Amino acid sequence: MADTTADNPHANPARWLVVAVPYLWLLLFFVAPFLIIFKISLSDTAIAMPPYTPVFGGWAAISDFVSELDIENYLFLTEDPLYFQAYMSSLRIAAISTFLLLLIGYPMALAMARAPNSIRPILLMLVILPFWTSFLIRVYAWIGILKPDGLLTLALQTIGLMGPDEQVEIFRTDTAVFIGIVYSYLPFMVLPLYAALEKMDNTLLEAANDLGCPPWKAFWKITFPLSLPGVIAGSMICFIPITGEFVIPDLLGGADTLMIGKTLWTEFFSNRDWPLASAVAVVLLLMLVVPIAIFQNQQKKVA
Amino acid sequence: MTKNRLDATVLTLGFAFLYIPIIILVVYSFNASRLVTVWGGFSLNWYVSMWSNQGLMDAAWVTARVGLLSATFGTILGTLAALTLVRYQKFPGKMLFSGMIYAPLVMPEVITGLSLLLLFVAIGVDRGFWTVIIAHTTFTMCYVAIVVQSRLLTFDRSLEEAALDLGCPPVKTFFQITLPLILPAVISGWMLAFTLSLDDLVIASFNTGPGATTLPIKIYSQVRLGVTPEINAICTILIALVTLGVIATSIGTKRAEVRRIRDEHMALRTGS
Repeated sequence: MADTTADNPHANPARWLVVAVPYLWLLLFFVAPFLIIFKISLSDTAIAMPPYTPVFGGWAAISDFVSELDIENYLFLTEDPLYFQAYMSSLRIAAISTFLLLLIGYPMALAMARAPNSIRPILLMLVILPFWTSFLIRVYAWIGILKPDGLLTLALQTIGLMGPDEQVEIFRTDTAVFIGIVYSYLPFMVLPLYAALEKMDNTLLEAANDLGCPPWKAFWKITFPLSLPGVIAGSMICFIPITGEFVIPDLLGGADTLMIGKTLWTEFFSNRDWPLASAVAVVLLLMLVVPIAIFQNQQKKVA
Repeated sequence: MTKNRLDATVLTLGFAFLYIPIIILVVYSFNASRLVTVWGGFSLNWYVSMWSNQGLMDAAWVTARVGLLSATFGTILGTLAALTLVRYQKFPGKMLFSGMIYAPLVMPEVITGLSLLLLFVAIGVDRGFWTVIIAHTTFTMCYVAIVVQSRLLTFDRSLEEAALDLGCPPVKTFFQITLPLILPAVISGWMLAFTLSLDDLVIASFNTGPGATTLPIKIYSQVRLGVTPEINAICTILIALVTLGVIATSIGTKRAEVRRIRDEHMALRTGS
């Protein structure tokens, strides 16, 4: 932009405030909590309210403070195989779900991008609308469908694919979790893919066609590589939050569905072990640092 | 032709997958029978019983207030953040700033919720109505920032520059020229922030306190006990409100967009 001098935030107090207000808000309510969670993950559990020994309480006593820190909670995470399994299972479920989302979302985004200009806004609206309706409601809707005496059983019995005594055994299994995740995150996958595919120059495909390139080959050589930024953005937007997902595995998954978001919730709300819950969160965050960095990089390029 | 038919099939199946569960949910809110699989005829019973369920209505009122306040704060902060991202070329810590805007968009809710709660405990703030509002403001402002940012990136600055050249103070220029031009994006940002707040279970659960039970927390505790048509009824009302809101804003912003382009043309023509 031309007037870089006028953009200097020090030039005018009002202009400086524009930066300072959101900056300080995010430092206080987004960054500071991460420092605190890291510190509390290093403190002992105490039977009190709040249920941990205070790590704060005197910035002067820094030496005391350091000697009080211990990695007991982290050691506990490595000792009990449950936590390791929960992390691995979360990553596995998130990876498989992201792949399924690409498999379903890509054809949809491609079909939308190839649709006539006149109906594209309507198609876009149809994808965005479920994104606005409550996550919890959409997960809840599947309980009525998937439960053993639910609508899917009824439908299959009615069309004769299932005997009157048989029931669908999907509810409270990993399959139900996958259905719930794919259903809830589909708009998040379709929108970035569509944004990438819509921008594509069709003359490239026409040229390939004229030169005798078969359509499937043109897809892999031209369409897919050009849509890669959308694929990466969509995959990260889905993969990262799915790894920490709580509502879907809790409502649709079974007792054996291990996901770290559920583990954290249980440690916090049921076992009231705040330091351990903090340690669980810190490890989850460290696991997601690389995907988050990829996502941010991608976003910066788009903006 | 075969390609078109394939595309049409893909879209039909995709949208069927997205919409059938919601349609079923809405249809069964009018079911006279308590059982999900039995259609007992049309009835508004569940809406009546929902209305007289004091706990549910209290939660709805809390959610409405939390949503209105946090969406408003989130929109103000988010718009400022968008201006910072687009208009301020370089300042110390800009990398950190854009990181703080993008990270909350993908951060798992359990991490955001827990870490913010620990902050409130550390600084000795009692959890309740206002802590939920602060939590919601923090994550919704990032969504607003993204929405407003995309509008600012395609913004024609000549009108703004004209006002500044004519001696209009920057703050006045913002309110008289910039804000009206980006208003459609600010309004859709507010709508998005409001629905995100309306929707949130996890972050609110960590940061709520006595007397500040929001609707998702209430719905969640009832859903865990099983499917009840009363929940279908309240869900149907929420879906109807959000759908109407989204359609109204999209029509409204489209009209404003048309008017804006016309005004811009007029202003530029009379100016030159």
